[in-house]
Amino acid sequence: MSEVLVVVDHADGEVKKPTYELLTIARRLGEPAAVFFGSPDKADAVAEKVKRYGAAKVYVVDDAQIKGFLVAPKAEALQQLAEQAQPSAVLLPSSYENKEVAGRLAIKLGSGVITDAVDVEPGEGGPVTTQSVFAGNYTVRAKVTQGTPIITVKPNSAAPEEAEGAGTVEAFSATISDAARGAQVVASQPRQSTGRPELTEAAIVVSGGRGTGGDFAPVEGFADSLGAAVGASRAAVDSGWMPHAYQVGQTGKTVSPQLYVANGISGAIQHRAGMQTSKTIVAVNKDPEAPIFELVDFGVVGDLHAVLPAATEKVNERKG
Amino acid sequence: MNIVVCVKYVPDSTADRRFEDDLTVDRVGVDGLLSELDEYAVEQALQFREKRDGEDITVTVLTVGPEKAVDAARKALQMGADKAVHVVDEAIAGSDYVATSLVLAKAVEKIRETEGSVDLVVCGMASTDGVGSVVPAMLSERLGLPQVTLASVVESQGDQVRIKRDNEGSTEVVGATLPIVLSVTDQSGEARYPSFKGIMAAKKKPLETYSLADLGVDAGQVGLSVAWTQVEDAAARPPRTAGEIVTDEDGSGADALVGFLASKKFI
Ligand SMILES: Cc1cc2nc3c(=O)[nH]c(=O)nc-3n(C[C@H](O)[C@H](O)[C@H](O)COP(=O)(O)OP(=O)(O)OC[C@H]3O[C@@H](n4cnc5c(N)ncnc54)[C@H](O)[C@@H]3O)c2cc1C
Ligand SMILES: Cc1cc2nc3c(=O)[nH]c(=O)nc-3n(C[C@H](O)[C@H](O)[C@H](O)COP(=O)(O)OP(=O)(O)OC[C@H]3O[C@@H](n4cnc5c(N)ncnc54)[C@H](O)[C@@H]3O)c2cc1C
Repeated sequence: MSEVLVVVDHADGEVKKPTYELLTIARRLGEPAAVFFGSPDKADAVAEKVKRYGAAKVYVVDDAQIKGFLVAPKAEALQQLAEQAQPSAVLLPSSYENKEVAGRLAIKLGSGVITDAVDVEPGEGGPVTTQSVFAGNYTVRAKVTQGTPIITVKPNSAAPEEAEGAGTVEAFSATISDAARGAQVVASQPRQSTGRPELTEAAIVVSGGRGTGGDFAPVEGFADSLGAAVGASRAAVDSGWMPHAYQVGQTGKTVSPQLYVANGISGAIQHRAGMQTSKTIVAVNKDPEAPIFELVDFGVVGDLHAVLPAATEKVNERKG
Repeated sequence: MNIVVCVKYVPDSTADRRFEDDLTVDRVGVDGLLSELDEYAVEQALQFREKRDGEDITVTVLTVGPEKAVDAARKALQMGADKAVHVVDEAIAGSDYVATSLVLAKAVEKIRETEGSVDLVVCGMASTDGVGSVVPAMLSERLGLPQVTLASVVESQGDQVRIKRDNEGSTEVVGATLPIVLSVTDQSGEARYPSFKGIMAAKKKPLETYSLADLGVDAGQVGLSVAWTQVEDAAARPPRTAGEIVTDEDGSGADALVGFLASKKFI
């Protein structure tokens, strides 16, 4: 069976959920081989994790020469690995960075690339992807017809299923050219962890917009009662109430949780683009005409400053 | 110094966007405009020039698209760009990322030939129709220039450029030496509106139209029929079934909300 390369999504060796989703998808297409860009001393721990989701191999690419530069070195390393491994497909978790890696890799390998797939199935002549486009109003199925299919897959596109793989660790040493090191990261400030789930991976997202009036406490309180991530509209971000990392929408993050709760958010097309594929959508808005109500499974017409604290209390009561 | 700004003509995202029978985007039947996210790229190019008082800097906008795409280039000229290049060719229709980045790269090379140099290529963070966010990186790959992408703040001195960007888990400062390919986000600062003077002046600004042959690109390398990706089908999403809407009265909203969430096993 041919190999399917899966680029591991991790923070300092801490493997993230999209990795398991991609390994699950990769098993439909061939034999998953995880690609870990990171510190070699974390390799065994990573292998332990990814083999439980079927990784037959774990290629370890020491990122000492890679992480200080934007995108280009990673694409170079993947090209060299792909030329050696001759995979039948390369899957990457969709993020701005990985999409750029995928784009560069496509040119290097002379291959087609598909971004932001929400599903991938085997098909005649290669994988068939599903994309959700035009702010979620259309569903498009596509495939790569040239070279090695390179596909970036959005978080929450598959339920991770365990399956034991060999998880054989193999070091891969890439040669990074000087040309690829043209854009240097000169400083990096990690964002403080909030203790809440990651926005793009969370099963539940509770968001606030301009209707919060700048007071996010009711939104955060309700999120915490549900164990949810917190999101924001651009209006809330532009007003300086929340950092940009929380923004949901076309120019922020795309989320596809089981449950999305929009509070004081009108439902502009650019916001919808980031949340319309959520399984269940709930809104609290004081305007019964707000367009967000066209999307919802359940809506409350009311003041979020009254509804959310009361709902938070009730949820906490139920949990005992 | 020469700056090239890549701007895309896109169907209005507030209009009813749709696909043609051949599964390409309807770019004629739906009103189009300069992608709002590319206005930020034009703005940053103009600010880059304005901050370098006394330097001789030409800003050329570049668009690849159908006849009407010239509107996108015009708007950028009205905002203050000096020249425009429009690449239009029947054969380009339906191009994917790989082909689009090829045409853009060849056009940048053509501009380099006519102007003598290209020191900075500025792109938007994404188009508002394809939303790929990949073309700037691919352009950098093709041109062999450093990619400095997704900048929310751009600063430069001499041939050094420094940007700030939000990465997945961190905020980064990235440095590079010109020439580079830069992309900027909608956090980089509101774009200016064309002034009356700008609109009048734009009418006299040079606008060059190129075909694929002018760029030395073989028509067999681009377009729908040779695309390396192929759309099998496109289906309009079934409208969401109307949900239940309740009006909050004295706490009834919170009760109903929690009841709904419990019925769906979210609590
Ligand atoms: C190129 C481009 C990209 C964009 N990208 C994004 C993006 O990524 N994400 C994004 O969100 N937007 C984006 N936007 C902006 C988008 O068009 C909207 O302006 C934005 O989403 C509005 O945010 P909002 O819903 O919070 O504010 P508003 O539209 O002002 O809505 C506020 C809502 O709150 C309700 N409200 C007020 N008070 C209360 C209360 N006390 N209780 C309950 N409800 C209340 C109001 O009835 C109203 O419906 C983009 C725009 C452009 C042009
Ligand atoms: C819904 C949808 C999904 C698609 N999915 C895929 C896919 O998975 N794989 C694939 O290969 N193709 C795909 N395409 C085709 C792809 O969008 C086109 O090739 C498009 O011309 C370039 O991609 P983009 O608009 O997403 O650009 P982005 O990468 O989002 O553009 C970023 C920046 O590049 C510059 N730029 C992009 N296009 C132009 C242009 N024509 N003229 C001037 N500057 C430009 C602008 O500065 C822009 O802000 C898709 C198209 C649509 C409409």
